[in-house]
Amino acid sequence: MKAAVLVFPGINRERDMARTLKLVSGTEPAMVWHAETELPKGTDLVVIPGGFSYGDYLRCGAIAARAPVMDAVRAHAAKGGLVLGVCNGFQILCESGLLPGVLMRNAKLKFICRDVHLRVERSDTPFTRGYNAGQVIRVPVAHGEGNYAADEDTIRRLEGEGRVLYRYCSPAGEVGDTHNINGAAASIAGIVNDKGNVLGMMPHPENHVEEIMGCTDGRGLFAGLAAHLERAA
Amino acid sequence: MKARVTVTLKNGILDPQGKAIEGALKSLGVDGIASVRQGKVFDIEVEGADKAKAEAALKAAADRLLANTVIENYRVEVLS
Repeated sequence: MKAAVLVFPGINRERDMARTLKLVSGTEPAMVWHAETELPKGTDLVVIPGGFSYGDYLRCGAIAARAPVMDAVRAHAAKGGLVLGVCNGFQILCESGLLPGVLMRNAKLKFICRDVHLRVERSDTPFTRGYNAGQVIRVPVAHGEGNYAADEDTIRRLEGEGRVLYRYCSPAGEVGDTHNINGAAASIAGIVNDKGNVLGMMPHPENHVEEIMGCTDGRGLFAGLAAHLERAA
Repeated sequence: MKARVTVTLKNGILDPQGKAIEGALKSLGVDGIASVRQGKVFDIEVEGADKAKAEAALKAAADRLLANTVIENYRVEVLS
């Protein structure tokens, strides 16, 4: 795995992400500043971490989405390269047009910082192959704007094409209003683009990867990515 | 030239902030408020004196950054 972690002013989860990538793949990721116009040669995974890029000014992720490095990310994605955006990274991917829809204010207006359960909807993608379809994982969230919204056609297309990979659920895997922490359409926690190589998700799998964190459920996502890239190489 | 771009949420898009403001106005006892939707106003100084050119620049600004047209509408006005 040759990962590149993007760094924008105001991002604060980049070191958690880098630590996890190193832990799982054995290789240190490159840290790439937002003003760069190219990704390091041979990059096979771009990761946009969480935080508050540009202080969430204007709209979450709006300014970061127009940064010079994002043209390189768009080119990488167009060639089929993998992109993972977590939390603010998901917001940036939506704002940049790499993913459809938008992340709105949480339905109850509160910043939510706690563990949640996610149902893995399918296991036959690079982003979920470390899990079984239907498996429930526990990972933290920390966001005020994670309420996924898109027009009805887009939601129908996402569902029809199996592009919802992670959904908020109960510990037993039931999906419904009571477990939909932020009011997201169809309890969406994570979606992929039409080619399946760009994933955006609000929860932080990188924060549940070591025993000392109290849970290792997030590890499967990164282990799956590493296995996918190793096979492709 | 002075100009203003007003960005508002599209109809049908849930606006939890507007709802909270609406609730606060009710609890303050301000009478006659039926509903509140929150938006943004950008006051912009435009170079030159060509109105058509200014409008084109403001439209580009709104389309490319100021508004997320998935959920928002915008209005461009050249004020002077």
